[in-house]
Amino acid sequence: MGEIGGARNSIEKLVESELSGLMPRIVEDIKMAFTKYGISYEKAKHMLKIIKDEIENNTIDPGEAVGIVAAQSIGEPSTQMTLRTFHYAGVRELNVTLGLPRLIELVDAKKTPSTPLTYIYLLPEYNNREKAIEIARKIELTRIINVALKVDVDLFNNVIVLTLDPSMLIDKGVSVDDVVKSLQKHLKKTNITISEENPNEIIIQFEEPIDPIKVESIRDKILNIKIKGIKGINKVVIQKRGDEYVLVCEGSNLRELMDVEGIDYRRIRTNNIKEVEEILGIEAARSLLIEEMINVLEEQGLDVNIRHVMLVADIMTRTGTVKPIGRHGVAGSKDSVLAKAAFEVTVKQLVDAAVHGDMDLLRGIAENVIIGNYIPVGTAKVKLVYNPYMG
Amino acid sequence: MVSKKKSSSIDVKILEHELVPKHVIVDIDEGIKILKQYGIKPEQLPWLRASDPVARAIGAKPGDIVKIVRKSPTGGEVIVYRYVVPG
Repeated sequence: MGEIGGARNSIEKLVESELSGLMPRIVEDIKMAFTKYGISYEKAKHMLKIIKDEIENNTIDPGEAVGIVAAQSIGEPSTQMTLRTFHYAGVRELNVTLGLPRLIELVDAKKTPSTPLTYIYLLPEYNNREKAIEIARKIELTRIINVALKVDVDLFNNVIVLTLDPSMLIDKGVSVDDVVKSLQKHLKKTNITISEENPNEIIIQFEEPIDPIKVESIRDKILNIKIKGIKGINKVVIQKRGDEYVLVCEGSNLRELMDVEGIDYRRIRTNNIKEVEEILGIEAARSLLIEEMINVLEEQGLDVNIRHVMLVADIMTRTGTVKPIGRHGVAGSKDSVLAKAAFEVTVKQLVDAAVHGDMDLLRGIAENVIIGNYIPVGTAKVKLVYNPYMG
Repeated sequence: MVSKKKSSSIDVKILEHELVPKHVIVDIDEGIKILKQYGIKPEQLPWLRASDPVARAIGAKPGDIVKIVRKSPTGGEVIVYRYVVPG
């Protein structure tokens, strides 16, 4: 037994020394495979040589035009995507933008996605139906308009009568007193009482006469008063995934949601890249960007290697903020005037460059194509450099 | 002021979020070693804004180099560096 253990150790050491500097996961995988099939020391040595050659063959060479390969590898499958935005039937009552529109949204680094969604997971001790409903009610933004049946304005008596919908009150978990309280908080110079004839009627008595011109705006103001919830969370749907309850919210507000008790703030997810950048930082935005792009492509049944998507995400997050691809973002920050002019708004670029007296160092691809030089890619990338200070 | 107070309460929480990889400020000797190894100037590294929530949480100042241990789907754990810039 001791002898076998010793042999195992020496093989593991051999693997580590031969493959040093490689990604730890590959090294671990190889070690595991060797153990599993009981490879002898000599065989292991021989196999490692083959593995090393294979890795070398599969590593990207310096000067390889990885950006162009990535652009083509994402671009071509995108043409196969359905242009239609699906109204996703799988998720009850919720729409998700998918397909090409979503991909464009991601690449353009839009401030808010057209369908912002948040997925909230609950802490283990809150993971039951009752607690899930409780939290869902607590965070869902409820305005007067959601529970109101009608609003009557009585200009003679300076009274606005607000009739509430009892079934909606139960659905949202709001009492008439809650409504009165929030009305009192937001409306000045009024006397708010619950009607004696009808417990669902609230009478708002104004001290000053209501200006007939402003009736509409007062009505809107009353209807938009917040009773409870978090700003931006418009609709909450409770889903059961496996033995876990997930709250799917329309809209997002990470900062406030992470502070809510019972929510697993480690796993909360939104599809709003810009918000994640602001709250969780650029690295989180990068991971989310990759995840979202791969999801869109996979959902359409397109098999794009994640490395291409990772390259795009890396370039978009290089300056510490999420920048769109395009003339306002990545393409617009190119050093070369000619490369920028070749992309979009040619005349403006050239005029600006002329005004500023810019210089083009001809280091990129596009500018060298324009002037008819070799493009600095592959073997043409290599230049001879003489360093007089090196011995 | 109110919003400042709110953000401080989630400062610790963001570092525990599953999307946020581990960020460590590297000391100056290691920083020089890294730059030598890649043969680049610090500003050629990807940037990390000093205003980035994670940078603020770990107390990174402009000029620092931050080591980030990403969990990559292709290579297990991958170490990358970002240079902290003002802004």
